[in-house]
Amino acid sequence: MPIHDQGYRRYSGRRGLRGGAWWVIARATILSEMRQRRVIALLLLAWAPFLVRAVLIYAAANFQQASSVIGTTPQTFREFLDWQNVFVFFVTILIGAPLIADDRRANALQIYLAKPLTRVEYIVGKLAVLFAFLAFVTWVPAMLLVLLQVLFAGSLEFLTNNLFILPAITLFSLLQIFVSAFAMLALSSLSPSRRFVAMMYAGIIFFTSAMNTALSRITDSRSWAWISPNDTLDVLADAMFRLATPRAIPVPLAVGAIVVLVAGSMLVLERRVRGVEVVS
Amino acid sequence: MTPVVQLDRVSVRYGRQAALRDVSAVFPPGAVGLLGPNGAGKSTMLKSLLGFIAPETGRMEVLGLDVKQSPLEIRARLGYMPESDAHIPGMNAVSFVAYCGELAGLPKADAMQRAHEVLYYVGLGEARYRNLDTYSTGMKQRIKLAQALVHDPDLLFLDEPTNGMDPRGRDEMLELVRDISRNKGINLILSSHLLPDVEYTCDHVVVLDKGTLAAQGPIASLKGHAGRVFELRVKGDKVPFMAALRAAGIECPAPDDEVMRLFVPEHTTSAVLFQLASAHGLQVRHLRASVPSLEDVFANAVSGAR
Repeated sequence: MPIHDQGYRRYSGRRGLRGGAWWVIARATILSEMRQRRVIALLLLAWAPFLVRAVLIYAAANFQQASSVIGTTPQTFREFLDWQNVFVFFVTILIGAPLIADDRRANALQIYLAKPLTRVEYIVGKLAVLFAFLAFVTWVPAMLLVLLQVLFAGSLEFLTNNLFILPAITLFSLLQIFVSAFAMLALSSLSPSRRFVAMMYAGIIFFTSAMNTALSRITDSRSWAWISPNDTLDVLADAMFRLATPRAIPVPLAVGAIVVLVAGSMLVLERRVRGVEVVS
Repeated sequence: MTPVVQLDRVSVRYGRQAALRDVSAVFPPGAVGLLGPNGAGKSTMLKSLLGFIAPETGRMEVLGLDVKQSPLEIRARLGYMPESDAHIPGMNAVSFVAYCGELAGLPKADAMQRAHEVLYYVGLGEARYRNLDTYSTGMKQRIKLAQALVHDPDLLFLDEPTNGMDPRGRDEMLELVRDISRNKGINLILSSHLLPDVEYTCDHVVVLDKGTLAAQGPIASLKGHAGRVFELRVKGDKVPFMAALRAAGIECPAPDDEVMRLFVPEHTTSAVLFQLASAHGLQVRHLRASVPSLEDVFANAVSGAR
């Protein structure tokens, strides 16, 4: 007689409340990504600018001569987030490209959607993965820099004089994250090949930026910035950090361009994330 | 007996193509075979019942719940084994099955425990720590069954579960399916175009052909009715002879080989066959009364639907 029956048994235990599947997806994917050396390496590299900035902030706070050259201003944080955009790009490609593409390649969508979860939960779960990693290379280090500035300076003077900096960092980081995450997820849902998705994303970023540059030179006008997501985000970042630089396009137009991009991505996801693919 | 699945005048279209046309069917508890040739609409029916495809018209109920109104409640009590190869890349078997359990609402520890149990049950106990990408076709079929079972569903949808399996693996899979429905108290719908699979595992069948319902009922009664079956081999031009047989009310599906299987109405004797053969100048080389099989039911239903 077996000590433990290894046959099939009915389950009479607890079943969780609905609506938590997104967290199961996000947690499993984040843990799986964290097991990859190249992801760890990229994340560590993404914190290198933070270390440099931390040293500069320390120097500015403690050495009078240095503060006139590298003094901390709101622009410091704007520039830091601008620099982090490089890592946003690579993290989005490395972690975002396979998120739905791999599921499409392995026909996993029908496994997911045959479970008691909605398409929205599935998408939110995948978005949460990118959200977590992108926040880790943008919002988290930027907020830590603010904290370090306060600690190194030994006073809240900078913060009280520039209180807008906390919402500016948060809002701009969120904007960067949402735009990158939605655009990448939409592209990832279009193909079963993660490489192709990565190339499409890189192509769109570089092509739109090059188009903006070319059209600006041809027409001698900067009003083409709306065609490039990165250049549009720059306009919004300058506005959020209250920089007096002339805007390439009005802020409402920049907001409109971002809304259209995110809405377009959501539309693509709505059409592509389905339990069954209908080929007409 | 309350049916586990009920369809009431359901029509599904893919663009201009009608996949299901005005189908009304009842699936009683136990094991029900969903039979039909390729393209008959079997997978479409299962996917509609899962809520993947919204029907153009009609109403569907699964486990007493309306598919349109309660898709999540239904899917919480349902296990689906898709036809095509499907897994989540980069995972080993036990992580994958436990993950599916968690997605279905099981607590993490319970999902993991059940994943081990279910993997042993489907015969993957020794390979449960292997990456799914390294699994053979037969193992992938078993893992699909395991993920469908992990949350202990009340109803299983098995879409061509023996596809791509070797004869031994196929027999083992059919044993599992039979055990699930007969000993574990789980209702199941087995979609297949393989008649022996359905005959071995199921008590009832629903036969689809070109998106329409061709027949439904207990296999025993479907095999028992509609008179007798004869095997007939003749020498000569069969085409006019088959037309004459049909005109006489004898079902005569197009034969795959020399031997024709004829479905003769209850009060018609074999003498009619000789008379018709003689009238068309054919020699009867072989005539034998046969036992109706599910294959006959299927052929009869499909030719009847045409």
